[in-house]
Amino acid sequence: MASPLVSVEMLGKTYKNLTALKSINLQLAEGEVLGLFGHNGAGKTTMMKLILGVLSPSSGTVEVMGLKPDSKEAWHSRSKIGYLPENVSFYDQLTGLEVLTYFAKLKGYNKKQAINLLEQVGIANAMKRQVKTYSKGMRQRLGLAQAFIGEPKLLLLDEPTVGLDPIATADFYATVDQLKSTGSSIILCSHILPGVEQHIDRAMILSSGKVLAMGTLAQLRSEANLPIAIKPRGLNGSVLEDATLNGFFCKTSNSLQVPEDKKMTVLKQCLSYEHLADIDVESASLEKVYHYFLTRDSAVKPSSRGNVL
Amino acid sequence: MNQILTVAEKEFKDGLRNRWMVSITLIFSVLSIGLTYFGAAASGTVGIASISTTVASLASLAVFLIPLIALLVSFDSFVGEQESGTLLLLLTYPISKSQLVLGKFIGQGSIIALATLLGFGISAIVLYAEFENPAIFNTFSTFIVSAILLGLSFTAISYLISLSVSEKSKAAGLALITWFFFALVFDLALLALLVGIEDGISQQGLTQLMMLNPADIFRLVNLAGLDSTDVNGALAVAVNSSLTQGQWFMLLGAWVIMPLSLAIVIFRNKKL
Repeated sequence: MASPLVSVEMLGKTYKNLTALKSINLQLAEGEVLGLFGHNGAGKTTMMKLILGVLSPSSGTVEVMGLKPDSKEAWHSRSKIGYLPENVSFYDQLTGLEVLTYFAKLKGYNKKQAINLLEQVGIANAMKRQVKTYSKGMRQRLGLAQAFIGEPKLLLLDEPTVGLDPIATADFYATVDQLKSTGSSIILCSHILPGVEQHIDRAMILSSGKVLAMGTLAQLRSEANLPIAIKPRGLNGSVLEDATLNGFFCKTSNSLQVPEDKKMTVLKQCLSYEHLADIDVESASLEKVYHYFLTRDSAVKPSSRGNVL
Repeated sequence: MNQILTVAEKEFKDGLRNRWMVSITLIFSVLSIGLTYFGAAASGTVGIASISTTVASLASLAVFLIPLIALLVSFDSFVGEQESGTLLLLLTYPISKSQLVLGKFIGQGSIIALATLLGFGISAIVLYAEFENPAIFNTFSTFIVSAILLGLSFTAISYLISLSVSEKSKAAGLALITWFFFALVFDLALLALLVGIEDGISQQGLTQLMMLNPADIFRLVNLAGLDSTDVNGALAVAVNSSLTQGQWFMLLGAWVIMPLSLAIVIFRNKKL
């Protein structure tokens, strides 16, 4: 296997009296998409800045494409990295095309590529207008176009879908999938959990600078051991009479809450009924997994504090 | 080098777009033509004043205006981008901090330099049309070059301000205080020293103190060559100093390079 594109070992970052990140480990392979989740102040942006080389680590190491991102040698590889910051407001007086041409030139590209990118994100029709006339969604598209300059090998996107309408969000994820297929690695930071799951390979959940959980969604789900919701239709009262099924029945959600390892048994049992009209199988959503790890963390904390006292 | 030029081009176009270029040129040309024609009004005559009177009055006005304009143009060039988030973004690009500072300096400096050249150049042409004395261009080139250096010096100083604070409003306040200090307070303090100290300070001591203020260096460069009747105050003492005009120019140049280098150092250590 090729060496990882991003390699983070025991990474820590402390500001004056605040620990922003603590012993983070991460290996990101080429073409891999990592979702970085956590509430505000969890350390997501700090981690991005460390990978970008804008900040230097207080402890541990970061390597991007084999180089330390805050070193001078890494400058040239910076044109292969795209970044979309959170809450960036571009030069309002300039037109969209002027803004993108400026950033493209700084990466060694020209106006033509800038126009292509604006077409790609769907704001080419507004490129001659000043950015101050843009809606929030258009600004976000401009920001994305900026991050896509030069077909980056590594993309770091901080809240990329904020302010985007559903169609633009779908377009965005289509672009993510396309970039992924060409071998780009992507780190995606988001608060908006629904819709992200089909597009990420792995997820990392951060809280107060620590990793709460990391792995593929399937791994996280099995670690969280959250039940799968199975909704059979047309069985009427049979569910409650069935010895295999009635133990899983949950009245409030009107479905069967089944642990991962019992899924097939329950499904087979349901299918054995001839009058089964329809069946919905829903794995625990990313949102539920996220909440599970966050609440588990806060549930652990008071007891550990109690031990200290 | 390409990176520097890209940034410089953007800043220069911004200067044109914001009408900085037009306004500064307009202010300078109105000022210089006005002073050229009516500078002698104080002595009871209307008409074109002598070259030395004109340059003396231009210099004493420019010394207030140029620093103010330079600070106004540039005080938010870094803190403004920091607030909007583009500074952080630029730092993830393959451009170094010194390239960014130099690019901005070349772009905004060109606006100031070009506006100064055009605005005051008009005055030189008007005077030449009247007197047809080539010495006019000599005197005016000294004036214009030193005025440009003064503008560049305060552009560099405003970068220092812009990089030292994290809010635009603070930068604006600091810029105003900086202007007030160099344009007014410094000279008042010098006068107080001259009058207040019993033995007085030596001419050399005074000259050395004046090196601490680019605005004073600018005055000295321009007034050194003129009739002493047009020069008064603390300056008159320093005018007859031992330094040549070339040396004063070098000092003014140092006042461009030093704050600019310091700005780069501050930028390198700045946390974003």
